[in-house]
Amino acid sequence: MAHAAPTAAGFQDCRNSWVKTLEDLAETDPRIVAVVNDSVGSSKLNSFQKRFPERVINVGIAEQVMVGVGAGLANGGRIPFVSAASCFITGRALEQVKADIAYANFNVKLVGQSSGIAYGELGATHHSIEDFAWLRPLTNLSVIVPADAWETAEAVKWAAAHEGPVYLRLSRMPVPDLDIPNRTFRPGRAQVVRDGGDLTIIACGTTVHLAAAAADALKATGIAARVLNFSTINPLDEDALHAAAATGAIVTVEEASVRGGLGGAVAEFTAGHRPVPVERVGFPGFLPTGSVDWLFKEYGLSPEGISAAAHRALLRKG
Amino acid sequence: MLTNDKVPLIREKALWMRRTAFTMVHRAQLGHPGGDFSAMDILATLYFGVLNYDPKRPDWAGRDRFVMSKGHATGALYSALCAAGYFPEDWLSSYMQPKSLLNGHPNRNYLAGVETNTGPLGHGFPVATGIAIACQITGATYRTFVLTGDGEQQEGSNWEAAMVCGHRKLANLTLIIDRNRLQQGAGTEETSGLDPLDDKYRAFGFDVAEVDGHDPAALLAVLGAAPGTRPRCVIANTIKGKGVSFMENVASWHHGVPNDAQYAQAMKELV
Repeated sequence: MAHAAPTAAGFQDCRNSWVKTLEDLAETDPRIVAVVNDSVGSSKLNSFQKRFPERVINVGIAEQVMVGVGAGLANGGRIPFVSAASCFITGRALEQVKADIAYANFNVKLVGQSSGIAYGELGATHHSIEDFAWLRPLTNLSVIVPADAWETAEAVKWAAAHEGPVYLRLSRMPVPDLDIPNRTFRPGRAQVVRDGGDLTIIACGTTVHLAAAAADALKATGIAARVLNFSTINPLDEDALHAAAATGAIVTVEEASVRGGLGGAVAEFTAGHRPVPVERVGFPGFLPTGSVDWLFKEYGLSPEGISAAAHRALLRKG
Repeated sequence: MLTNDKVPLIREKALWMRRTAFTMVHRAQLGHPGGDFSAMDILATLYFGVLNYDPKRPDWAGRDRFVMSKGHATGALYSALCAAGYFPEDWLSSYMQPKSLLNGHPNRNYLAGVETNTGPLGHGFPVATGIAIACQITGATYRTFVLTGDGEQQEGSNWEAAMVCGHRKLANLTLIIDRNRLQQGAGTEETSGLDPLDDKYRAFGFDVAEVDGHDPAALLAVLGAAPGTRPRCVIANTIKGKGVSFMENVASWHHGVPNDAQYAQAMKELV
């Protein structure tokens, strides 16, 4: 599968987009600082550090104080982007994220790097597939999952301008630019990637282009699938979900656990408003050893897997 | 004003704060009076002898910051903020009532003067570290004070923060430890011993002072002193429940609440 192949034509590492945007913003806004846990390299912040050495606060391998320091910097009038591997910034420092950032409602941007299963063979300790379930209930915290390089840049710009806590979930796996005409990034609003009325495929992050490919394959068999780029997990785009439920069947796709994440959110919403079949594509829990490519295919995060889920949903729709 | 000239005012405020906090706890039948009372003289000294603040401009960028890391001691914090002019006295009777701004643990979005939300232990010191870093990198001159309980020092996040403070030589930060030697169930040294706390903080790069945490003059001398070149740790030796005979050094008053007779007795003693 071309999905994780760094050399595939047209595929981009969104981290380049993240750091270029941050550097541009920092150039004009002296309040922007970066906070890291010895993660300068993995956050691609080397050039940022060269340009703004005093504005990189590296607390060492210490995620609790990293997040707490982010809150304190916001108290002191800075706009901190706290950047670390998403498994650690969420799991290791979850209580700090809850109490110091979300509950205290500080203007802090948490940036989860190498999210989902980007660390592949390194295993479940380094996978971050639980973060949606952990963070989605936190009041005040916007949860944004850009789907490509363009959206990454837009999300970083929006986060810097937005007064309030944000979790940006970035991937290090190259993805193609989505082909959406007249595209705008509006937090809390899903984007229609493909339109159709037979069912709706709701995807986020690295899986959106796979969902689009699935829709294209379904179209060839006479099934019109709408595909949504659901890049904001919190707050939910309820209008888009009402419209999705009206198509009568839903497939959710996420590089995350199927328990409590995007699929969970959609299932909660439809159960409360308009029960329709929801097929959730994602990971069931801790995963066996395997490469990113292998794990994606094994668990159906592929055009074929998503198409199969669409057929299951349509069967249940009746 | 000469330092010691402030002592009578601090004593007067501390007495009012003790009576106020105990009244709040008695009315709510909820609270943490033991830890309120061990910290009371420290807070009175800070708010009436050390901190540079303006309750009319709680967001003033140049204010000194006080972070109450032992967030359960809201009897102490709220009586101090009220005495300092952040909110009117008639709010005090709402303590922990439905939809009160005076939550059981402080919320900065409810109450001006609260610098960050605390409650889970080991959170205030890391946040104070971030506040002090903001001061350091911007060349500001405000100071940051953070008060933790002593049992709270068992939380590992404090030591992450201590390492950062020492490494960055955050001279504008003062950590105060309310050393009453009791945590909620037993003594700190029987539970997971902290001593020698002074050596620990010296090893992390702090200037360390140990004072009587109920002596305003001693507290003023160390908290009011100009910053040095390293972060400062003040170990304030205190008595849990200080000021009410039946509460002093009794662990169960960590979150014990008074009945009417105990309340009346305490009010007789707090004069």
